[in-house]
Parts: sequence; C-alpha cells; structure tokens
Amino acid sequence: MSKGVLATDNRGIRELGAEEKVGWDQVTQGVTLNSFVGETENAAFLKAEERVYNDFNSYTATVASWRIIKPVYNRDICIDCQNCWVWCPDTSIISRDKQMLGIDYDHCKGCGVCVEVCPTNPKSLLMFNEAADNDVELAGWPVKEKKAK
Amino acid sequence: MANEFDLNEVEVWDGNYAASQALRQAQVDVVAAYPITPSTPIVENYGSYVANGYVDGEFVMVESEHAAMSGCVGAAAAGGRVATATSSQGFALMAEVLYQASGMRLPIVLTVVNRALASPLNVRGDHSDMYMGRDSGWIQIDAFDSQEAYDLPLCAFKIGENLDVRLPVMVHQDGFTTSHKAQNVYPLKDAVAYKFVGDYVPVDEMLDFSRPVTHGAQTEEDWHFEHKAKQHKALMDSTPVIDEVFAAFKELTGREYKRVETYMMEDAEVALVLLGSSVETAVLAAKQLREEEGVKVGIIAPRCFRPFPYDLIRDAMDTSSLKAVCCMEKSAPGGAMGALFNEVSAAAYSTNARPLISNYIYGLGGRDFAIDEAKRIMKEQKAHADAGHITTNIQQFSGLRGPKLGFYETRRS
Repeated sequence: MSKGVLATDNRGIRELGAEEKVGWDQVTQGVTLNSFVGETENAAFLKAEERVYNDFNSYTATVASWRIIKPVYNRDICIDCQNCWVWCPDTSIISRDKQMLGIDYDHCKGCGVCVEVCPTNPKSLLMFNEAADNDVELAGWPVKEKKAK
Repeated sequence: MANEFDLNEVEVWDGNYAASQALRQAQVDVVAAYPITPSTPIVENYGSYVANGYVDGEFVMVESEHAAMSGCVGAAAAGGRVATATSSQGFALMAEVLYQASGMRLPIVLTVVNRALASPLNVRGDHSDMYMGRDSGWIQIDAFDSQEAYDLPLCAFKIGENLDVRLPVMVHQDGFTTSHKAQNVYPLKDAVAYKFVGDYVPVDEMLDFSRPVTHGAQTEEDWHFEHKAKQHKALMDSTPVIDEVFAAFKELTGREYKRVETYMMEDAEVALVLLGSSVETAVLAAKQLREEEGVKVGIIAPRCFRPFPYDLIRDAMDTSSLKAVCCMEKSAPGGAMGALFNEVSAAAYSTNARPLISNYIYGLGGRDFAIDEAKRIMKEQKAHADAGHITTNIQQFSGLRGPKLGFYETRRS
C-alpha cells in the first residue's frame, strides 16, 4: 500500500501508541506536548511536509490499520473544487495551490465523507476495499451517468 | 501601569476585602469569576480595582463556576497569572476543572471562602467545600483570620508559581466568621507586596508562537499513571518551597507561618486538632483551662491541609506527655470517621507516644463553637487520658440538639 502523496520521512512512521514508553520521571510537566522539534518562528506559513514534527505529534503516527475501506482518487475527472479538502475530518486530503493532489493514507480512516461530498459525474473519489489495487480500480472507473429524459 | 492604592499602615478589613487586596497587589492578569455567597466580595472588589485602574488585567464575568475555572485554566495555559474565588456549590461545580488545573500544572490561585454544601441549603461557614477539594491535587492553605486571608494569597502565588512546584493553590478562609468579620490588618505597600510575589514566569505558554504546544492531552492506560505519579511527587515535594516562602514572608513582615501551627504542645497532655477560625477559640479555651484547672492542653492546627503535613503532625504529637488527642471536623463525614481523624491517626500510629485519638463533628452549617464547649471537650480528653482508654464513643457530635449521637467504642477485653 502506498503511503500517499507528499509523505515525508517521519510521516506515519509508527502505529499510534507504539511510541517509546518512558518512566514518570521523564514525562512532560502537565502533559504538555510540543508540536515541533525546537523553535519555529513561522510554522503557520509552512506546509506540513516542510515542518519538523516531533515524535508525539500525530503526524508521525499512522492509523492506516484502522481502515477497512479506502478512497481512491481519479485525477482525470476532478475539478479541484476543494469540497473533499474542506470536509475531510482528518486533514487527509492533500491539496496545494488549490489543486487536489491525493490522499494521506497514513491518517485517512476510510470514513467516506470525501466521496459523499464530491460533486462530479462520475465521482472523482470512490470507496474500495482496503486490499484493492488502485491502478486496477482507476482502469475500471465508472462512466458518466446520462440524465434520464 | 496600574495606579497605586493608598493604604494605611493598619486597615480595618474583613477577610474578603483582605483577600481581594492581595489579589490586586499580585497584579493578576486574568480573574474569571462567578459570584457566590460568601466569597462574592473578593471578585466584586477585584472587578472594581480593574475598572478604576488599580490593576492591569482582565476581569471576565462568566456564566457559572465551571466556566470560571475553565476560563482560569485557559488563561493560565496561555501564560498569565490567574486567580478567582468561590464557595460551596460554586466550588462543587468547579470540581471537574480543579483536577484539570492541577493535572495541567497551572499555578492558579483560588481563594475559597468555606461554606456548607446543600442539602439543606445553607450559606454559613463550615469546611464541606474545603474537604471536598482534598484529593484534587491542589495545595490547600488555611487562613484563620483576616490578616492571614491577606498574607496567605501573596504566599500562594509565590509557592504555586515556583518552577519546582507549578501547582494551583487554594487559600481557604471561613465563611462569615472570617470573610465578613472586620479586623485590624497590616497590609504591605503595593510595590513591596508585588516585589515579594515577583513577576510571573510562564511555562509552556500557548501564546509563545515560536513553540506551539498542546495542553490537556488525552492519555490512556499507557501514559496516565506516570503523569499522575509525577504530579503527586510535585505536590509532596512542594513542602520545602512552602517553608521557604513562609520564611521569606516572615523576613519581610515579621509574621510567621508554618505548615502546622502548634500552641502549647511542649508539655501538653491532651490536644485538639482543628482548622480555621475555630483555632483562635480553641487556643483561648486551652489557656483558660490551663489557668483554671491546670489541665495541660495544646492545640495543633494544620495550616497546610494539602499536601497533608504528615511529618510535622507526627512531630507535634511525638512527646512523652501527650496522652489524648481529639480531631475536630467541621464537615459532615459522610459515613466514615472524619478526614482529619483518619489522617492524624495514621501519623500518630508511627509515633512512640501513640496517643488515644477521638473524633468530634462540630459547627456544621455555621453552628457556633464557643469557648465553654471547647473546654468541655478538652476535659473529656483529660478523662480519656486518666482512664487510659477512650471513655466515650470514638466519634461524637458537638453542639447537636437531640439524643446523644456517637459511633464506635474502644475495644477492651
């Protein structure tokens, strides 16, 4: 299974909860968790793939194993309306400069909201079994439905 | 810059006004509050200080005490010095968020004016709310009069904000008997008080945009235990800091505070352990009884309710003369012996003295506790000491109408 677009070296590198467990003397005071390694003056202006997330940020954890069905994205039909990007509850739709690029399969949980809100005909995103081959499904993509007269 | 408040060397202040002046002098950044009798004047006065330019801060009027403490948590996580006040049901409504504040290690100061908990509804002072807070992970310090209601919040900021502590602190005073009783109070000048408290040093503040941080994360069975253990250690380890701050305060003002106040314990044969405004009554009764009947009575008053001063309580009781101790609780025990009784007994168990320890429930809902009744209880302790066992029920009720009520007796074969 591909990790999806714009995956960096530390995106989804371990299962959620598989982080190293330290003792009471090493946990942070007040359960605070810093998002990034070191200081960052301009995190708000950096894309996710440009930020240095620390080990306790969910960016570095994967929840791909939670998913039993997955969205597959068809670039040939997509009109870059950004509906899926807006509605995705886990920021797993990757879009840059208002152009839809694909899916972050490390964090997508297979909820199907993106497919539901896709306005094209046929849809540019469809749900398939997790084990399905994306290329095979793209080759057999449905054709445009004619309006009933 | 806030205006300086013109203060005389000695002022006539009630406990509420005293506490509000201490909060003003600490220049709290955010007070998020909801009014409740008898603590209302603390935040009401604070609001007027803000409105009249005596504080550079925000007063946030919220819709409930749950929201008040939630606002305090948010402001403290953002990086501000934060305080509020409450009582009774308001305290109960804050309960959930009290645990969040301590777990998040936010040094909020909460001035609690102790009041009974309903039902029956009652606005008078007892220790139900203070007792309810004892597992919340906060430091709890008890002021016995108006001067202390002024002094101890100043100490509370300095204790809680110490970087080795970073825990929220409650400063308690008794509803009405302290909060509404005008007494002579010797305040510090604004600049002197502020210098004592010191500038607030934020830790992991959310408004530091160079280090974005998550506060209030969820942890399950794989992390929660470690965080709670670390938090408990911080609370247990706060005692030297409390002692240091009290010592610095004595240096500045000449007024001495200890985690456990003891009176005439050096040669005491019997002792009362109690909290709050009743301490003064008990000390007066003990002095009189020593003069009148030669009964050697001492008083033990935990200034610091949490962390419980196990060490100092044990030291206070570990004298060869001490034979009988009575723990006085101004809170309905809810199907158990009183909390002070249980904790003082545990400390006494590891002394050589092993005094007899009995328990009185008194003063619920503001029922008066007078000198004559204090003396009667002291003489009863003397009778226990002379007999070598507790001659009454172990738990009794003081000042209660109706047939005598008591529970448990010493087991003797």
